[in-house]
Amino acid sequence: MLTAPQLSYSLLAPILIVLGGALIGVLVEAIVKPASRAAIQTAIALGTIVLSFAFLFKVHNQTSKTAAVNSVSFDGVGIFLQGTILILSFIALLYIADTDNFAAQASAVPGSVEERAANQSGKQQTEVFPLTLFSVAGMLLFPIATDLITLFVALEMLSLPLYLMAGLSRRRRLLSQEAALKYFLLGAFSSAFFLFGAAFLYGYSGSISLDGIASAISANSSNDVFLLIGIAFLSVGLLFKIGAVPFHSWTPDVYQGAPTPITGFMAACTKIAAMGATLRIFYVAFGQAQWQWKPIILTIAILTMVVGGVAAIAQRDVKRMLAFSSIAHAGFLLAAVLALNSSGLKGALFYLATYGFTTLGAFGVITLIRDSRGEVTDLNRWVGLGKKSPLTASIFVLFLLSFAGIPLTSGFIAKFSLFTGAYESGNTVVVVVGVLTSAITAFFYLRVVVMLFFTDPKSDSVSVVIPSMMTRIAIGACAIVTVVLGLAPSILLNTAQSFATFIR
Amino acid sequence: MSLVTILEIVPLLGVLGVFILPKTSTTVVKQFAVAVSVIDLVISILMALRFHRGASGMQFVESRNWISTFGIKYAVGVDGIALVLILMTTVLVPIVLVAGWNESENGRWSARVYYALILVLETMMVGVFAATDVFLFYVIFEAMLIPVYFLIGGYGRGERAQAAMKFLLYSLLGGLLMLAAVIGTYVIATNQIGSTFDVTALSGLHIDSATENMLFLGFFVAFAIKAPLWPLHTWLPTAAKSATPATSVLLLGVLDKVGTYGMIRFCITLFPHAAHTFTPAIIVLSLISILYGAFLAIGQRDINGLIAFTSISHFGFITLGIFAMTSQGLTGASLYMVNHGFSTAALFLVAGWMSSRRGSTQIEDFGGLQRVTPVMAWTFFLAGMSALALPGLSSFVSEFLVLVGTFTRYPIAAIIGTTGIVLAALYVLLTVQRSLHGPTAPGNESLVDLNLREKVAIAPVIAILIFFGFFPKPITDVLNPASHQVMTHAGFVDPQPKAGK
Repeated sequence: MLTAPQLSYSLLAPILIVLGGALIGVLVEAIVKPASRAAIQTAIALGTIVLSFAFLFKVHNQTSKTAAVNSVSFDGVGIFLQGTILILSFIALLYIADTDNFAAQASAVPGSVEERAANQSGKQQTEVFPLTLFSVAGMLLFPIATDLITLFVALEMLSLPLYLMAGLSRRRRLLSQEAALKYFLLGAFSSAFFLFGAAFLYGYSGSISLDGIASAISANSSNDVFLLIGIAFLSVGLLFKIGAVPFHSWTPDVYQGAPTPITGFMAACTKIAAMGATLRIFYVAFGQAQWQWKPIILTIAILTMVVGGVAAIAQRDVKRMLAFSSIAHAGFLLAAVLALNSSGLKGALFYLATYGFTTLGAFGVITLIRDSRGEVTDLNRWVGLGKKSPLTASIFVLFLLSFAGIPLTSGFIAKFSLFTGAYESGNTVVVVVGVLTSAITAFFYLRVVVMLFFTDPKSDSVSVVIPSMMTRIAIGACAIVTVVLGLAPSILLNTAQSFATFIR
Repeated sequence: MSLVTILEIVPLLGVLGVFILPKTSTTVVKQFAVAVSVIDLVISILMALRFHRGASGMQFVESRNWISTFGIKYAVGVDGIALVLILMTTVLVPIVLVAGWNESENGRWSARVYYALILVLETMMVGVFAATDVFLFYVIFEAMLIPVYFLIGGYGRGERAQAAMKFLLYSLLGGLLMLAAVIGTYVIATNQIGSTFDVTALSGLHIDSATENMLFLGFFVAFAIKAPLWPLHTWLPTAAKSATPATSVLLLGVLDKVGTYGMIRFCITLFPHAAHTFTPAIIVLSLISILYGAFLAIGQRDINGLIAFTSISHFGFITLGIFAMTSQGLTGASLYMVNHGFSTAALFLVAGWMSSRRGSTQIEDFGGLQRVTPVMAWTFFLAGMSALALPGLSSFVSEFLVLVGTFTRYPIAAIIGTTGIVLAALYVLLTVQRSLHGPTAPGNESLVDLNLREKVAIAPVIAILIFFGFFPKPITDVLNPASHQVMTHAGFVDPQPKAGK
């Protein structure tokens, strides 16, 4: 007789709630009239996230390896990242709720009569809400998954909705669809790599669980070649998601083409989920084999920082610039993978959280800068914005300073704690390259400051739209977090410290 | 709460006040900002009076937990060196505010922003000298770049945006290298004595010499960019040419001193062995700075460029005095920092008035000012004399002390350094001759002399230069115990003078 698997529903509740919310969202699409969908979907999505966070908070002190038949483990890192993802996706949903950014009817061919009719009829593609929730559910699962199959499922679950969402832009739709297709093709490719690596790791260890791989490595009885191939291909899949060089080439195109709220959501939440999974895999499964993979990851980390930093200098489009900056930040984060110690882990957790807020804030500001044809992302047309709307420009500068790691912003403390972990583990090279690249990245962030504040505005139709209340709340929250965590980082650092453990 | 903290909070409250005041009148904002800085000055004088002169070690200490995870504290305290530098800051701020009464009006933003930036900067300048927690020092050291950046870029002249950018990038690069060194020191401390950034605790670490050298360099390069030492000086002339006189005074007079101050407080105190190793190289760089700055000053046509290059020469002297590793040299260097602050202030302010009246910063456009505007010409003359260290003016005392302190250990360096004085005479006297004497240059006939406000602003500076020229004892008394302590801690014994033959 078959026994039903034991599931610990209280621990799984946050994920299940988000999935449930997504399904209700799908039902709403079928039942409710188009006119009132947007409001209902917004309420459902936001409510789901809040509910999920409440359930997560109830279990925030628990740890478990057996919550779902050994395929996920709840521990400090997992719960911290889940909480961060939930909070950030709440903020991202506030932007997404501003449905003006999305295509009226995604299936209409760009430039066709059908599209124009859809635009004029006031239709809205409200499927974006359930899609977001599905993706969030995948993101919640990814950093806590502890076997290769669950990891793969979570990876696909978070990626597939994103491919669709990237193509939903209301304006410049061809660019958006191109981005979606590119993201999908490369993403599918990298998933295949991931799966291939997983197969080799199973061949090496005879186990699909991270613990099983770890014990096979310490027993050191099997064929090392399988292990190396496995690590290499699995890493390709992960590095693709976090946007590390040389698997970064999708990042600028997708960041640029996707609707800006989705870009913000991707840049913040996907990076956290993927980084969380990467940290778990490398700390828990591959920790014993560090001499095999460390040189490669070190090279990739350095390349990622340098390429991201240098390439960003040449960008004239603000979304592409932030894309390359996110690549550089992925390089900084890889320092935590190299560190393999608890202070590196603490640094990474703090870094991911603060980086998420800053990123969402920055993309939120971008949604506000428009002309009659939609968002203006050409930096040359942002010139003199500080004069037209000093508040918006100052807030954007605040986010840039935080990206650059200037003291008294959260970005500085994040960089400091991350590099401390790396230095402690003896990776001095990555610290030195890291600080030097920070100087490079400072250059292009500051160039934007010069454009905004030190250059006279041209007679141009670019203006800052008056933000909706939700967008206002979202940007405001991000700005406050960036400042507060710069002045009094203990609030979050202590939490990150107490959560910085993996259960093995 | 320590007086130092109050000294930091007052300008911050002032910033709030600046934004609360009614928007109608900028005059009220100006008066308010001056009042705030005068209050700060009074508090700092009070602090100086309550300072125990003979005692070594930190006074007015305060320590509170800030980021407990890393053992980071808000820890402040002053010794003699910090005290005189803080006093210099609090004296200079009201002076530049009064002197540059109208500077805020030609900027990119309103006058309130200007005064808010200056007051924020004052808080940071006091904080950076008072910080006894390395992390706190670093945070302020980096954060104070931002207000200066906006002051140069928003209220400066000419290619101000580029100059501001160059200044910021140079400083950031140095600062980030220092960040790596700060992290390194912290990690070593964590392994040996637990998480702390306290400078006294950190000075007791045992670091292997290769690491110590790297960490020393991390700190030193940041400070050498700040205090501009050849060959890291190239940002300074551009910044000085583009900044307003008030900003230039604060930049060269106070902010750059953070570099030399940092060398004393951190480079020598935390890494004495590495300091010993690098001393010869640093002395050579200082000598090059002295001569290079002087030669380029002779060739300058722009009056602000001239002051910038003389400063590079003077920072060479200061660094020489510090790394002579004698307490005399160190006292001299510290005194030099103060004197340079005031004499540069006088030069920049008068030069600013001259060029705003004439509408040009080229030295050749002036000429015969002595006849047209005698008061302005004589103040400039006095400021120039102070720059060339004429006996009877305070800079002479410090330059003399530096050279004597250097001579006891490195006689040849002292002799080469002395040629810097000769060159100083050349660049100052040439400029004085070109701009003040000779026939009145065309266009200068109707220039107006200093008004009452400007006289009030410059008078204290001149008074300080003359007073401490004849009677430097009050300052040296405060500096001496601190210098002794730094040198003893670093393990250097002053060479005993040999009996004369």
